[in-house]
Amino acid sequence: MRTYTRPMAGWWRRNPFYLWYMLREASCVFITAYALVLLWGLARLSQGKPQFEAWLASLASPVSIAFHAIALLLVLYHAWTWFKVMPRTMPFVRLGAWRVPDGFIVAFAFASSIVLSGALFIAVWRL
Amino acid sequence: MAALKRSNKPIFWSLFGAGGMLSALIGPMLILITGIALPLGMVNFSYERAVAFAQNGFGKAAILLVISLFLFHGVHRMYHCVHDFGVHVGPGLKAAFHGFAALGTLAAGWLLLSIGG
Amino acid sequence: MSRTIQIECLRYHPERDAAPRYQTYEVPFTDDMSVLQGLQYIKDRLDGSLTFRWSCRMAICGSCGQMVNGVPVLGCETFLRDYYPGKVRVEPLNHFPIVRDLAIDQSDFLEKLESVKPYLISKNVPEKAAFLQTPRQMEDYYQYSQCINCVLCYAACPQYGLNSAFTGPAALALLHRYNADSRDEGKSERMKVVNAEDGVWGCTLVGYCSEVCPKGVDPARAVNQNKIESTKDYFFRFFRK
Repeated sequence: MRTYTRPMAGWWRRNPFYLWYMLREASCVFITAYALVLLWGLARLSQGKPQFEAWLASLASPVSIAFHAIALLLVLYHAWTWFKVMPRTMPFVRLGAWRVPDGFIVAFAFASSIVLSGALFIAVWRL
Repeated sequence: MAALKRSNKPIFWSLFGAGGMLSALIGPMLILITGIALPLGMVNFSYERAVAFAQNGFGKAAILLVISLFLFHGVHRMYHCVHDFGVHVGPGLKAAFHGFAALGTLAAGWLLLSIGG
Repeated sequence: MSRTIQIECLRYHPERDAAPRYQTYEVPFTDDMSVLQGLQYIKDRLDGSLTFRWSCRMAICGSCGQMVNGVPVLGCETFLRDYYPGKVRVEPLNHFPIVRDLAIDQSDFLEKLESVKPYLISKNVPEKAAFLQTPRQMEDYYQYSQCINCVLCYAACPQYGLNSAFTGPAALALLHRYNADSRDEGKSERMKVVNAEDGVWGCTLVGYCSEVCPKGVDPARAVNQNKIESTKDYFFRFFRK
């Protein structure tokens, strides 16, 4: 039986669902890069006051702002997809006999994110 | 069926998951702070306050967790991305990606120790 | 006065073709006609050599899976009216070798099914009558028992496409169906499949499998729930007796 196997090259371009998946995956590049930005800031902090303040000043550069803008969009998309998929990564959650709907879990996750983000902003603002 | 060897994925997946959760919860706000709020002067980040935070036990843990988990999350996904593009991935590439995250973690830990407190 | 729609089919007869080609047919259709009925019209009236699988015509047998305009669907519940006036492109399900025209070789899937031990493994069978199960216990596995083995999920899964050694969505969902059944005691026997690199760890949660499933099985959930199980098994194995 001579079967024919179709090639996989370019598979992700053939369906919008896959494109969005690749976008979600692409967020990882910016999360890694951002961690390195923070690591660099930590290094400058350990070097002393003028070096740390130089790092702070560099954050105001156009390159930095552009990077952060793109990173923000992609990490927001990562957060969105992460929370939406969360119920699927856990067993059914039950309170007694009542099964907690997926929507509740997602809403709870988003709410937690908003609360924690708000707390973080206030903490930094009052720092 | 090929030999059903137990995979070591659970280790890396756990780190990936923790990093993914942390970055989903506070990633956007952190980026907003360093990328937009700071340059616009909406928040102030004095050196003295930053050092005090880094010298504090809680501060050290927070900084280390963010840097380390973001790195482990990022590299795990990057490794899978390379595979998704059809590039053959092997243990060498896996070690390179995760080794990079481990190095970043060690660097962060060492810097935090050197800041003292 | 009937309208016609263009149905473009992938053709592949191994005895004469080195590679697949496409052939377009003008098919008169009514609003109630499915893609499957369109194919049947072609075979009955236009070109008897067109080969495709089908059986029940009502989305329960799982035979008529096709790629329609790049999306894996059951031909019997996909309607020509939704594509008109555009062209309908019908191809065999992705990620499987093509045997002939729109028929795929799904033998790898059948092997995967066997590998997960898809039957109740129970030593404590009740002496009289039957097992007792509460509605909540049934809820734990019910959706995963609805799988009709149509393999749309395998056509949707790029990880299976990139690596056919991956156990895949439906097989893993079926595995979970038995692990989650309160009557079953065979979880430890199935963990080897779960824990393997080509078990649950071959999945990157693209999630398209659950999107295309015609029965609401949600294989993505079955697979990814078991990542936690596999992780628990990995770290706690030293504490088991």
